[in-house]
Amino acid sequence: MTTNTEKPLKKVCIICSKGTIEDVYATLIMANGAVMEGIEAKVFFTFFGLDAITKKQMNRLKTATVGNPAMRAPGGLPFPTILGILPGVEAGVSAMMKSQMEKLDVPPVDEFLEMITAGGGEIYACKMAMDMFKLEKKDLWEEVKDVLTVGEFYAMCGGENTQIIFT
Amino acid sequence: MTQKTIAGKTIELNDEGYMVDPSQWTREIAAEMAGEDGIVLTDKHYEVLEFLRASHSKGETLTIRKVGKSGIVDIKGLYQLFPGGPLKFSSKYAGIPKPASCV
Repeated sequence: MTTNTEKPLKKVCIICSKGTIEDVYATLIMANGAVMEGIEAKVFFTFFGLDAITKKQMNRLKTATVGNPAMRAPGGLPFPTILGILPGVEAGVSAMMKSQMEKLDVPPVDEFLEMITAGGGEIYACKMAMDMFKLEKKDLWEEVKDVLTVGEFYAMCGGENTQIIFT
Repeated sequence: MTQKTIAGKTIELNDEGYMVDPSQWTREIAAEMAGEDGIVLTDKHYEVLEFLRASHSKGETLTIRKVGKSGIVDIKGLYQLFPGGPLKFSSKYAGIPKPASCV
């Protein structure tokens, strides 16, 4: 006989390394979902994921319209990659993604981050990627808690029933 | 599904402890359910519960964002009222189903 030894999740450490709408929202939805369930959440933005917490870029994220075979036109019609390179297509598709999410009451990036921090979630930026992209703390959203090395982030990921999630 | 006597009334609850029939709800039931979780309901809590009940009866999908924009309490305040489950616990005490939204 087996007994159920599952223990509830206590903390999630989420790493976001990409800056498209869907990659960033996957991170934000998981982080927000965690704090709403009473699970501690720490989010580390690195590489292109930094766009999500950079004041200038955070509300201007885009969905890539090239090289994304799962993206179809409304009604499920195929969306040939060659259309994706036309001027304005990426902006149009991105605007549509955002309006569809707004209908589900999913907020813009800055408001979403505020919801996460309101629930006690913490937002961090990667030091190495900041150096690489020539970003400074003042370029980041005000509530970013700190700029960390990967080692410092790992140091926060200890404890029982903690999971690291890479998106 | 189980039956439980809460605040002197026999209430139907689902497996997760949510009320099956929102019309059975009273303020006293809410107080007793919250008390079991160690939360003492204040007027502010009841304002949130009434808002959730009204939205639910209109068939709306509830999110913490909607509660935050209700003018009753901001999202930070909502977390303080219902620690560890701003929408989950408030929905439970409001006698409505567990929220089916991810935000």
